Amino acid sequence: MSEQNKKFPTFQLNVDDFLPADEAEKESLVTMRASVGFWKDGFQRLLKNRVAIVSFVVILIVMIFSFIVPSFYPYSYEHQIRGAENLAPMQYSDGELEQIAAGESVFPHILGTDHLGRDFAVRVMMGSRISLLVGLIASGLILLIGSIYGSVAGFFGGWVDIIMMRIVDIIYTVPDILIIILLAVTLKYPLQNLAEQPGFGWIAAVGVNLTSIFIVFALLYWVGMARIVRSQILQLKEQEYVTAARALGASSGRIIRKHLLTNCIGTLIVTTTLQIPSAIFTESFLSFLGIGVAVPMPSLGSLANDALNGLQSYPYRLLAPALLISIIILSFNLLGDGLRDAFDPKMKE
Amino acid sequence: MGKYILKRVAMAVLTIYLVSTITFFLMNLVPGGPFLAEKAVSPQAQAAMEEKYGLDKPLSVQYKNYMLGLVKGDLGLSVKQRGRTVAQIIATKFPVSARLGGLSILTAVCVGIPLGSIAAFNRGKWADNVVIFIATCGIAVPSFVICTLLLMLFGLKLGWLPTVGLNSVLHYIMPVTALAFYPTAYIARLMRSSMLDVLGQDYMRTARAKGLGQFKCIFKHALRNAVLPVVTYLGPLLAYTLTGSFVVEKIFTIPGLGSEFVGSITGRDYPLIMGTTIFLAVLIVSMNVIVDIAYKLIDPRIKLK
Repeated sequence: MSEQNKKFPTFQLNVDDFLPADEAEKESLVTMRASVGFWKDGFQRLLKNRVAIVSFVVILIVMIFSFIVPSFYPYSYEHQIRGAENLAPMQYSDGELEQIAAGESVFPHILGTDHLGRDFAVRVMMGSRISLLVGLIASGLILLIGSIYGSVAGFFGGWVDIIMMRIVDIIYTVPDILIIILLAVTLKYPLQNLAEQPGFGWIAAVGVNLTSIFIVFALLYWVGMARIVRSQILQLKEQEYVTAARALGASSGRIIRKHLLTNCIGTLIVTTTLQIPSAIFTESFLSFLGIGVAVPMPSLGSLANDALNGLQSYPYRLLAPALLISIIILSFNLLGDGLRDAFDPKMKE
Repeated sequence: MGKYILKRVAMAVLTIYLVSTITFFLMNLVPGGPFLAEKAVSPQAQAAMEEKYGLDKPLSVQYKNYMLGLVKGDLGLSVKQRGRTVAQIIATKFPVSARLGGLSILTAVCVGIPLGSIAAFNRGKWADNVVIFIATCGIAVPSFVICTLLLMLFGLKLGWLPTVGLNSVLHYIMPVTALAFYPTAYIARLMRSSMLDVLGQDYMRTARAKGLGQFKCIFKHALRNAVLPVVTYLGPLLAYTLTGSFVVEKIFTIPGLGSEFVGSITGRDYPLIMGTTIFLAVLIVSMNVIVDIAYKLIDPRIKLK
């Protein structure tokens, strides 16, 4: 509007306002940015979070070292080298020195060897493999059980919900570490028997102690996940698209799978990621007490426990697993925080 | 209020009942019973032993007897420590752990609350960053790592602190620090976020507007409200301290209930494992109930259902 029209408001129309818009004006009226999908939006946020990216890279490096490197590493975690007991880092045994003198190349013991002559570096790598496996598989189990339980309770509501959530409340108040220790101690024998039955050979392959740790996680740790999923489902099931899906004849199972769970995927990702460090934490705690994985399989917790005996003379044997486990837990925690900032809709400003 | 307390207590009793039932039947999953580790015992001696501990009776009778004993506070006899009842062992060992745990909880609360508050008051400045850094690391480091690092540094390398037992004040420093490390970090984080929340509230502006001094503002208005989430953490904190004591007492060879429990696991002393589990479960569950009720009493904004 021109200056004159402002001063004297009239009903006379300004002809300029009715001219066809030029290209620049049209451009400015188009939607400000292209529509961004859930995943793309989340990943863009995540990429901006430097701490989360660094933790992710650290986790990747640890994974490469624990899953890929041991397969072509010149030493194996259970191979005992005669005469090479208790070597310091980068030290060679007499036999190996002779080999070197004879012109053979011998791979150095980067972190030395333990009291049985096993290369310590590869043991630490295998130990972190166990810790990561426990973390990942346990979180997978928790995700599976927790999301199914929580969504069924939330979706059906009424007395189904009341009974299911009362059960969750009770499991929630049970002191978990105590039951875990108890289960880890007592499940060993029945599992050993079961492993001898045909069709259950995998138990022996995974290891009896490890299996009992997984059972424990599957039995106890899903309750937190179930609560979170239920509260999400309670909100989501009132949405119109659920009514629409029902009107189109979708079954309850299909609505839960296709509409409700896919819509709380952000929460699921974040909660699962944050479960991983807590599972690793618990496993290392159990292994440190001597009820985790069985010998000769190392875990970061049992390596730290072994190191206690020779603490005075071989302090580096404690430092390596201790530092590694702290780094793994820290990275997963920070990555989980970053994912929450990126994917949890409640965190968006 | 009365209804709420009744409901919580009923839930707690149910939980404890379930825990003891689960414990009992889990223990019976182990083939050969508690005498599995006993080597080369004659059948007569085995039978006599089983009769003494009531193991010759059918499982349902054993269960009934154990539960009846439990109500009376009888936790049975230890298998490995001849002539001592589980209750006696707990009675002698628990005070040691309670002292250690109590001091750790006290330390965590007394250090964590100021740390978190200082971080919140200096939001974005270096003090805040330092506290965030400590808290983030503290949550990621397992207690056995802290323990062994402390032991290595102050006990062995520097030789400043004694490493075994609990005979003097100096003996307490390392175990208490190790046990309080994680909860301190957690409380600091909790306190920081809740303090930031409180500082942004309208009543804080009102308090300042009516001319209250900095001291009164912080202690009378901010701290009192901000400390509430920490109160809810006290229940889990107790559980953490008890389980943490397993590791700490093992590393520093402290004769407390934690090391006794770990010892009973490795020694397969089943009545002792059971007794200790139930004892600790009762402790944790009742603490949770007390904290929940106390929380509702402290904060009048929470409606009792």
